[in-house]
Amino acid sequence: MIRKLFLSVLGLVWASAASADFALNMREGITELSTETYALHMLVFWVCVGIGVVVFGVMLVSLFLHRKSRGVKPASFSHSTTAEVIWTIIPCLILLFMAVPAAETMIKLEDSRNPDMSIVITAHQWRWHYKYQDEGIEFYSSLALPSMQARIKNSGVDPFSVDNYLLEVDRPLVVPRGAKVRVLLTSNDVVHAWWVPDLAIKKDAVPGMVNETWFRADVAGTYRGQCAELCGKDHGYMPVVVEVLEADAYAAWIAARTGSNE
Amino acid sequence: MSHADDRYYVPHGSHWPIVGSVGLLFLMVGVSNWLNGADAGFWVMMGGVAVIVFMLVGWFGTVIGESVGGLYNAQVDKSFRMGMFWFIFSEVMFFCAFFGALFYARNMSIPWLGGASNNFFTNVLLWNSYESSWPSNGPGKIGGDYEVMGPFGLPLINTVILITSSITVTIAHHALLAGQRKILSTFLALTFLLGFVFVYLQGVEYIEAYEHLNLKLTTGIYGSTFFMLTGFHGMHVTIGAIMLTIIWLRVVKGHFTPKNHFAFEAVAWYWHFVDVVWVGLYVFVYWM
Amino acid sequence: MADHGPAKGFTRWLYTTNHKDIGTMYLIFSLTMFFIGGSMALVIRSELMTPGLQFVHPEFFNQMTTMHALIMVFGAVMPAFVGLANWMIPLMIGAPDMALPRMNNWSFWILPVAFGILLSTLLMDGGAPAGGWTMYPPLVLQTGDAFPFLIFSVHLMGISSIMGAINIIVSILNMRAPDMWLLKMPMFVWTWLITAYLLIAVMPVLAGAVTMLLTDQFFGTSFFLAAGGGDPVMFQHIFWFFGHPEVYIMILPAFGVVSEIIPTFARKPLFGHDSMVYAASCIAFLSFIVWAHHMFTVGMPLSGQLFFMFATMLIAVPTGVKIFNWVATMWGGAMTFETPMLFSLAFVFLFTIGGFSGVMLAIVPADIQYHDTYFVVAHFHYVLVPGSIFGLFAACYYWLPKWTGHMYNETAGKLHFWASTIFVNLTFFPMHFLGLAGMPRRIPDYSTQFADFNTMASIGAIGFGLSQLIFVYVLLTVKKGAKATDRVWEAPRGLEWTVPSPAPYHTFDTPPVKRVTQESFQ
Ligand code: HEA
Ligand code: HEA
Ligand code: CUA
Ligand SMILES: [Cu+2]
Repeated sequence: MIRKLFLSVLGLVWASAASADFALNMREGITELSTETYALHMLVFWVCVGIGVVVFGVMLVSLFLHRKSRGVKPASFSHSTTAEVIWTIIPCLILLFMAVPAAETMIKLEDSRNPDMSIVITAHQWRWHYKYQDEGIEFYSSLALPSMQARIKNSGVDPFSVDNYLLEVDRPLVVPRGAKVRVLLTSNDVVHAWWVPDLAIKKDAVPGMVNETWFRADVAGTYRGQCAELCGKDHGYMPVVVEVLEADAYAAWIAARTGSNE
Repeated sequence: MSHADDRYYVPHGSHWPIVGSVGLLFLMVGVSNWLNGADAGFWVMMGGVAVIVFMLVGWFGTVIGESVGGLYNAQVDKSFRMGMFWFIFSEVMFFCAFFGALFYARNMSIPWLGGASNNFFTNVLLWNSYESSWPSNGPGKIGGDYEVMGPFGLPLINTVILITSSITVTIAHHALLAGQRKILSTFLALTFLLGFVFVYLQGVEYIEAYEHLNLKLTTGIYGSTFFMLTGFHGMHVTIGAIMLTIIWLRVVKGHFTPKNHFAFEAVAWYWHFVDVVWVGLYVFVYWM
Repeated sequence: MADHGPAKGFTRWLYTTNHKDIGTMYLIFSLTMFFIGGSMALVIRSELMTPGLQFVHPEFFNQMTTMHALIMVFGAVMPAFVGLANWMIPLMIGAPDMALPRMNNWSFWILPVAFGILLSTLLMDGGAPAGGWTMYPPLVLQTGDAFPFLIFSVHLMGISSIMGAINIIVSILNMRAPDMWLLKMPMFVWTWLITAYLLIAVMPVLAGAVTMLLTDQFFGTSFFLAAGGGDPVMFQHIFWFFGHPEVYIMILPAFGVVSEIIPTFARKPLFGHDSMVYAASCIAFLSFIVWAHHMFTVGMPLSGQLFFMFATMLIAVPTGVKIFNWVATMWGGAMTFETPMLFSLAFVFLFTIGGFSGVMLAIVPADIQYHDTYFVVAHFHYVLVPGSIFGLFAACYYWLPKWTGHMYNETAGKLHFWASTIFVNLTFFPMHFLGLAGMPRRIPDYSTQFADFNTMASIGAIGFGLSQLIFVYVLLTVKKGAKATDRVWEAPRGLEWTVPSPAPYHTFDTPPVKRVTQESFQ
């Protein structure tokens, strides 16, 4: 029974690794760092699976072989310094093996120098305010109306009938493809967190402090995320949508927006 | 060890703990309502305090009675000592939280607000004219202009007073061990008197801070850490001095022998702890 | 004195100073809290069964999340382990009672007050606290009338835990049978010694943290206000300085329990007793220097992130030693699979899975993706439910015959085990996928792509909840079971098996003699 359970768990785990498009696994995302993050995630994951197979394997063998019902006599050994030293050192080495690439990615993540553009994001209960530092464009971004109507308790609207239920906003953040975008985050009230899985960045918006992070989107498209820090009753209703446009489309967007702030 | 008349004393049934819990219930519900603006809460709170005082008197009275009655063997005595030691350790950790806040403010948040480390933009975008320094009431100048409480004058006198009191309590302890009751009671009295003088001077200092320096609990992080640290410390001194007074009364009544005086030692330890915390306070809050 | 029985009537329970009575009260209290906290979990899971809001409003949902966690952590798991400590430590070390029996009673009787106050906030203006069990400011300052009640109930829980921990440490250090020197102590006693130390070290820090919340709210201090020179993140640091050791407080005694049970049913001594002690101490030490792994997204400087990542990863090493030693204990044994053993084995399996996700969370870039998603929820429920809670079940089945003098119903026990194990995985395993796919935690409603796994988890939760009714059945029927022998199991070690079953009201009025100690403990 235990074995069956274990196998089914393993099966699920395997499925999670093999079929990223069924939303079982982390998304690879569309930036260099998101890909690296994904690789790190898979690395630790497989290391854990490996260790799991060994540890659980030995344990299962023991559960099978060393049962009283098989008439075995219990051994009486109770320690072995050699064994203990080995199983202290090996995990240390494994950890080191994972820590090095992790540290490398971290250093890159923190390096927000020389950006192509900067955006100041101010969180409010419960919407985002975006301000393009150089272009002078600023606007609020809130949950889109169809979701807003459907989300009311017993609204009678089937969430499945709403496109991108809870993940759609009225005005998305628009950025050009290939530009290094520096994100400066702060909050107007409580702590929020700005998160877009495909960009592999999540950073807290802390009132009175400004946090810094950055991304460079390599693929044009629409990317969705959510506020990721409990911020009150509508925490579940402040999505983030980022539209990555090609340079010319972005320029057109800027031109259309300039002077029409709301 | 396993002599029949040298058993570990295990009391049977006591109503004091449940009285204490009822007291705590009234106290906490009272304070909470009071803080929420219900005036009646104040009286509920005072009711709770009264029950707790009643409980403490009764509980300690029972323990003192048992102790004087010779029910406690050496092992029980050791339990009490260890208990007191770990209680003081927990108190130390309580103060650690506030010292931690002080260090965090001085070494992290204030410099960050001034643009240090990875907080360049915190300063540029939000607190543009703020230059970090300590003491500080923050970039928002919460509480308005204020003056700093310097290390000399009252605080220095208070330091001398507390250190002296630590010495007097040690002298009293030695006298107790040597059976010199007269010296014992004199120096013990001196100790708690010094304690109360300390509390009094601390009160004078607070009045000075509030009335002349505009230094208040609401004076940004400096005022917050200053008053919370010295305030909790002052509370501990007050409690310690009250306990010393009680011990002194017991000495006068003839309690404690050179061999058996756990309560005395517990209070003395507590007093040294309060003293050590003060030294930390003096260095980090007033001086550096 | 030895035949002095319990007092009659309800004052027995109000006034008692007997470690067994107090242990029983703790255990019953925590089971009650487990059911209350579990009912709240069921409210959460019902709302999350399908997308859209069906049953509760978002504010109430957040109250449920917050109260569920506070009640489970401080009301169910911690008191349950203290209850076990009360019952078993004096028996295991050959002491007549806990060292400070009256204070022991008070430690317990503060808890109903604390949780009475906490639960009463559900009826207040603005509802119960809804800022998460982590109580981050400034959000928590938006709590309504419940706010001061929350703070003071946390204070009370702290006072209770500290007094309980002092009692346990003093009992262990001062009340051992003459010949039981420290490294001869059973693992359960050892892990509790370390846990009690952690409790005394960190509960006061939590008290300090919430006190600062209180003064920020009511007395105008600026600890967590940037304009005044403070920082909201400062609270997070202080909270997690408490919070991380807290999670080991909830798991170390379970390690101890499992270390008692596996040798008994493998009929073989615990492998590497001393290194288990060192490993547990190591975990306790490391637990003080890893707290900021809960805060990798708050904007810490790089050096801080690196330090906390490395320190966190290191914890896998001593924890690994424990796992390997349990496996080595089983190896070469002659195992049987009674209910306590089953729960212990599942503990080793499933806790390890939870530990693996812990190590994944420690990898900073990856944690930036995992943080505040259901992946974290999956992680900590794996270490807490099939971890701490299974440890508790194992302990209850293991010692129930000693407590009651009767064998529990083994069939019902096994059924409880299998149902729990299957449903716990059905509940919490899909949460890994939800988190990786991007579902944030603490939300009452979610995008439709998360629907399937949420439905699975909700079904699992209901199943898991119902399975617990089997446990209640086992408890209620235990008196009908066969009489238990003094040793109960075939090859248990430890002094608790030298006293009759049920353990008489007073045991070890005179310390056990040397011979007994050495024979029953090696
Ligand atoms: C009983 C409780 C418990 C336990 C034991 C643990 C154990 C661990 N936890 Fe967990 N944790 C929680 C309870 C617990 N945790 C809770 C409640 C939260 C969330 C709080 C909140 O936000 O509300 C949390 C959150 C949490 C986070 C923050 C996630 C986030 O919010 O982003 C992190 C990050 O590092 C983490 C890490 C770890 C690690 C590394 C361990 C390690 O101790 C695990 C060690 C064990 C093993 C690794 C398995 C066995 C080892 C081997 C077989 C050896 C070989 C293995 C290797 C070399 C990998 N935990
Ligand atoms: C020891 C701690 C512990 C335990 C045991 C549990 C047990 C469970 N937890 Fe909990 N949980 C936490 C600690 C714990 N949890 C913490 C710390 C958080 C984070 C909170 C935060 O974000 O602030 C959390 C958050 C949390 C969430 C996320 C909420 C959110 O983010 O919004 C969920 C969601 O599924 C959940 C589910 C469950 C379930 C299904 C159980 C089940 O195992 C419960 C099983 C028990 C029962 C179901 C009771 C059985 C009773 C009956 C069946 C009788 C029914 C009777 C009546 C109805 C009268 N928990
Ligand atoms: Cu904003 Cu959560
Ligand atoms: Cu942690």
